[in-house]
Amino acid sequence: MPDTQTPDSQNGAGFEIVRREDFSDVTYLLAVRHPMMARAARPGQFVIVMSHPEGERIPLTIADFDAAEGTVTLVIQAVGKTTREMQQTCHVGTRLHALVGPMGVPTHLGKAKKVVCVGGGLGVAPIFPQARGFKQNGASVIAILGFRTKSLVFWENRFREVCDDVILCTDDGSAGLKGFVSDGIRQAIAAHPDIDEVVAIGPPVMMKACAEATRPHGIRTMVSLNPIMVDGTGMCGGCRVKIGDVVKFACVDGPDFDGHLVDFDDLMMRLRRYAEEEKAATARWSETCRMRALLAVS
Amino acid sequence: MAKKRTIRSIPQQRTPVREQDPRVRRANFAEVNLGYNEAEAKLESQRCLLCPDPTCIGGCPVGIDIPGFIGRITEGDIRGAYDVLARTNLLPAVCGRVCPQENQCEGKCVVGDALEPVAIGRLERFAGDRAIAEGWARRPHIEPNRFRVGVVGSGPAGMACAADMAKAGCDVTVYEAFHLPGGVLRYGIPDFRLPNEVVDAEIDALRRLGVRFECNTLVGRLFTIEQMIGELGYHAVFIGTGAGYPAMLGIPGDSLNGVLSANELLTRCNLMRARDFPAVDTPLPLGRHVAVVGAGNTAMDAMRVALRLGAEQVSCIYRRSRAECPARAEEVHHAEQEGIEFHWLTAPVEVLGDGKGNVRALRCQTMILGEPDRSGRARPVPVPGSEHDIEVDQVVFAIGTNANPIIGQTSGLALDKRGYIAVDADLATSLAGVYAGGDIVTGAATVIEAMGAGRRAARGMKDYLGLSEPATPRLPGDLSGTLFGIAPEQKNFVRLRVA
Repeated sequence: MPDTQTPDSQNGAGFEIVRREDFSDVTYLLAVRHPMMARAARPGQFVIVMSHPEGERIPLTIADFDAAEGTVTLVIQAVGKTTREMQQTCHVGTRLHALVGPMGVPTHLGKAKKVVCVGGGLGVAPIFPQARGFKQNGASVIAILGFRTKSLVFWENRFREVCDDVILCTDDGSAGLKGFVSDGIRQAIAAHPDIDEVVAIGPPVMMKACAEATRPHGIRTMVSLNPIMVDGTGMCGGCRVKIGDVVKFACVDGPDFDGHLVDFDDLMMRLRRYAEEEKAATARWSETCRMRALLAVS
Repeated sequence: MAKKRTIRSIPQQRTPVREQDPRVRRANFAEVNLGYNEAEAKLESQRCLLCPDPTCIGGCPVGIDIPGFIGRITEGDIRGAYDVLARTNLLPAVCGRVCPQENQCEGKCVVGDALEPVAIGRLERFAGDRAIAEGWARRPHIEPNRFRVGVVGSGPAGMACAADMAKAGCDVTVYEAFHLPGGVLRYGIPDFRLPNEVVDAEIDALRRLGVRFECNTLVGRLFTIEQMIGELGYHAVFIGTGAGYPAMLGIPGDSLNGVLSANELLTRCNLMRARDFPAVDTPLPLGRHVAVVGAGNTAMDAMRVALRLGAEQVSCIYRRSRAECPARAEEVHHAEQEGIEFHWLTAPVEVLGDGKGNVRALRCQTMILGEPDRSGRARPVPVPGSEHDIEVDQVVFAIGTNANPIIGQTSGLALDKRGYIAVDADLATSLAGVYAGGDIVTGAATVIEAMGAGRRAARGMKDYLGLSEPATPRLPGDLSGTLFGIAPEQKNFVRLRVA
């Protein structure tokens, strides 16, 4: 009989974490076993994760997938309650309560001959499959990777393996070029007048800066948007974004959109929608952790 | 045989149903309608004239033998009543609660010509609830066959189709994108109208039929419909994914924080249990003054959820009048009892912000009803100069849905011009062996209509697979127009003749 069962088919047992790496004290990688998804995933797609039954559903862009190994890789930054909690609870052998995907329209790799792939901070992870995809598609690929500081740098070598050139930028100049990825883009444009496309993933403010850097040159610039989602299937509309004059749902119409048309201010305003609740949840959770630690000591 | 009932001999008053006090229930999520007990159900059942040629059945999308089950309630044979219901309706406990009976069975009840119609929905719920409590939903004798059937979506359409295909002996797997099955019954309809335990019981009944549920599976993206028929080895597939792409009004200010779709509000509250935040992680900050735009069942649910989450004032903004309001009569009545403020003949034109990205007010204009439009309802026309602001800090849109694009994006299925899946009279799509029904075909409709579509598609699928069709209402012995007892419209006819 053909394999039609998802790994979770045994009564909601969950999805097993088979590898974990810590890139820094806030950034960590989880590889999750899901052979079907590892076969289906394409660059640019995302998943929705629920770490436990009382958890929230959070969208995470797929950082890598390996059909042979049967795994999907997520790179996560501990910024809010859920991602900090996952940093503590997710280890090799534990299971995610829910994992659904791959979601969203895959990146259109097209016929571009020279492509710049820009990743900022955590966005460095999900830009990797795109860089590899463009390369496999025959394009010449320049990666621009931006981090705050040297200790946060990860995957530089993986990019060097699949890219023709890598421009590393740090805000403080502790590694590579001192400056933002938008400075890296300007440098790349100066050196390569024949860039067909720029793809950028990172915080909205970074993607906005990338779009502004390419706008005067009229270079097609695609960005991957990360609004708040619940279902990820187009059903709730929480992830709606303004693209030019039209409203789109990032989960099913995206997540990739033309960066020159995205209303980034609207996106950033909507990302702050639950800021108060997030703060309260994080504070409450941190307090619980502190109390647990105290109890454990005493 | 009891004495013949007449309109004069039956109890003249409809048996009232016990309900939670509006002042109490507006602060809890427990069920509002407490349902009949056996004595009340028996009394109400005596109001049915047991018409020999019942009109009520014609009003039921799945054709329940209504006098048949009501007559058994009168006799005290509740199990028999349930068995009659279960012949045609998979989910009596659900449908008794959520069907718009006033437009269906009860709307056609002849008692209703002179008195209040028989409370068919409440009686159906009574028998359905008793069946759940007693565990009557037994597994019928099933003769397994070699066919594998895939169902996409675990809402009412998918559940109904899965049940019929499982009873026919097929190996059925239902795929659901969420982490829990049930579709709109789970994420959409709130607990105070349809408790989660009822949904769980109905899912368990399906599992006992041998149906497998696979959650966390987004069909189209994890694998395609074509792959289901191909490499995954399904002989037939049913698509019942729901409409699922909420319409926003497209007025200025509709992306402000504090503006959301009713689907998002309901999903956060019902499926993700945001009402228990911060004990659960999903937040749902609600305003003090909430405006809900629209007046369908989803709008009523959204308003009453907002009220229960602690909103001080909840307003319904609807551009037509109460007479055109599409919600179930009982829901409007309950909403009014609970203190929802209705603004009939009012249409929003702009959401006003406070300059910090939050909602400050909803600018509306007054409407008057003009000539009927294509839907046959009076077209609302704005009154010039009638613009006024309603102070609110949250706006919820419950104005219907558009077609969800995922199946269209990922398969070669033919769609209609609005993006819904195109089907023929048997609900067969353009791809052989693939059927579709429910909101993804018709646009937003009701639970019972979706169930009816799931069952109709199951009939088509059984014909396609060449399975016998015991559920078809064809009189035994009536062989006219058939060959060897097989109707010519059945697609296995040719195959049999060759054999």
